[in-house]
Amino acid sequence: MATASMDAAKPGVTTMRKRLGSGSAPLAEIAGNGLLHRRALLGGGIALAGAMTTGAATRSAAAEPLTNPPLTDPQWTNVPGIVTPVLQTPSRFEKNLVRILSNPKGEPRTQHARTPLQMLDGTITPNPLHFTILHSGIPDIDPAQHRLIVHGMVKRTLEFTVEDLLRYPMVTRKHFVECGGNSAAMFSNVPLQATVQQLHGLASCAEWTGVPLSVILDEAGVDPKAVWIMAEGADDLLVARSVPLKKGYEDALIAFYQNGERLMPGNGYPMRLLLPGFEGNMNIKFLRRLYIIDQPAMTFYETRNYSPLLPDGKAYRFYFVNEVKSFITKPSFGMSLKAPGYYEISGIAYSGTGTITKVLVSADGGKSWGEAAVEGPATPKAFTRFRMPWRWDGQPVTITSRAWDDSGAVQPLRADFVKVRGETKKPVKSPYAFANQHYNSLTSWAIDAKGEIKHVYA
Amino acid sequence: MSTLKPLGFALFALTLASSAALAANTPNLGKAVTENDFKAWDITILPDGTGLPPGSGTAAQGAKLFDDKGCSLCHGKDARGGKSNELIGNPSLVEGGIDANKTVANFWGQASTLFDYIRRAMPWPTPHTLSDDETYALCAYLLAGNNIIPQDEPMNAQTLPKVKMPNRNNFIIKFPGRI
Repeated sequence: MATASMDAAKPGVTTMRKRLGSGSAPLAEIAGNGLLHRRALLGGGIALAGAMTTGAATRSAAAEPLTNPPLTDPQWTNVPGIVTPVLQTPSRFEKNLVRILSNPKGEPRTQHARTPLQMLDGTITPNPLHFTILHSGIPDIDPAQHRLIVHGMVKRTLEFTVEDLLRYPMVTRKHFVECGGNSAAMFSNVPLQATVQQLHGLASCAEWTGVPLSVILDEAGVDPKAVWIMAEGADDLLVARSVPLKKGYEDALIAFYQNGERLMPGNGYPMRLLLPGFEGNMNIKFLRRLYIIDQPAMTFYETRNYSPLLPDGKAYRFYFVNEVKSFITKPSFGMSLKAPGYYEISGIAYSGTGTITKVLVSADGGKSWGEAAVEGPATPKAFTRFRMPWRWDGQPVTITSRAWDDSGAVQPLRADFVKVRGETKKPVKSPYAFANQHYNSLTSWAIDAKGEIKHVYA
Repeated sequence: MSTLKPLGFALFALTLASSAALAANTPNLGKAVTENDFKAWDITILPDGTGLPPGSGTAAQGAKLFDDKGCSLCHGKDARGGKSNELIGNPSLVEGGIDANKTVANFWGQASTLFDYIRRAMPWPTPHTLSDDETYALCAYLLAGNNIIPQDEPMNAQTLPKVKMPNRNNFIIKFPGRI
């Protein structure tokens, strides 16, 4: 078991020695620039010496000089606390923990609210922070009046109330939802200096509870000649997508609950389609109609927005799947490293084609790689947290991650990805612009000798 | 169209057969209804024209509606683009690169989507207020403005599905096995 001790050679400067058992040999690096074996994360493990900061944020106790005055009771320790609210909200010291709106004044265009993934840990996105995209505001739906119609190539045309459907046997599954346009700024030929939230914040992960769509399809009695489901919402744009019937029988849900409570209005209250691993736009919110057909409806969104252009002017159609992807959330752009020493590199991996089996991390821009600890049990089509212990020696480094899933899919290196998918001819100016769709290549952060972090392509 | 031939059809039929028995054990709380019970909701237009209502409209009528209904406030004068997408215009996709502006003329694969989307979602912020004749006229205006149909050809349930969109053969089905 690894233990660590700290020596303060002089005030404000902290050095660290690591011991394995009673010996004094430091843990061996498993890849360049200080990546350590993941077993260093186990048990008593490592004390963190260097303090990572976000803006003017906290300083690690370990970095404090030893000349501090003795501790006394702070004010809140000497008076009773406030009255308990019926609904909890985060501490007032966590005011920065909010989504970023692309359209804060609510002008007549789409509103994107991006999740602050670099400020969260674990794998679940709290409901108030789950990303949303609304093309024309959030409809104010009374569940008592909401209806679901199933029709088309079925034996029985059916109408359901929400109350009816809440009586059905339910299942709970943890899945990510990601917009097909998430990470679109990564198609820029020059890397944008932007946070994880700005670059990748149109992805979130929740525990969803609902009725398997197959149950409803079977009750309606689907014609064997049918191939597609046109799913439609009750918002004023009646957002609609064609979904392969095959997906309806595979793992689709009509979801009512999100992390244990009823869906947030922006996430589709009172009910939504949940298509694990498929691009967010297809997971129709405010679901009110399922039209069973033998051809794709070719709705607006599959006709235009979610058909990614290729460099030769052709385009992919029906790019349903969010393929295997990972990125480091900590440390990342917007943070800085205060001093050399031990840090944990941590991030998120997920795949629309399966379960994350392996994440490799590099601290030398991809020259050498070490295997990160993947927190388990990893589950299919869900955020998976990876962690990698790291000893930064204060020299410039470039950190990046790469994920694999159990279908054999591997996150493509940037050069290979760009070869097929291309990049823009001119730099993308805004992280909120949608240059293209379905980016799943690497994200790299360059850390200079001062501990400042930049977004780079490696 | 290859997407209409699902792979693993036998497997699909098998799934259906094996789950038929299950259906008897599920709640079956859905109310049996007929198409007349939700006529106002049954608005999808399929690429082959299924769902197109009676009615007709011309490009000249559509041009006037485009201003009268406020379309130009977002889509610009003569539909050349403004706060929202340009609807008349044919920029090169190859020259524009992977973030080229995708327009009706240079990108859309079928004309049915024009009727479906205009009636479903336009005009902002008063959707579901256009008559079917008005919707056909706006389709005619945008298709004629893009030189895809003659200026004097009316759009209706017979003509609209026959329109051949210039970019219709430039799509690659990304995951055929999942359809």
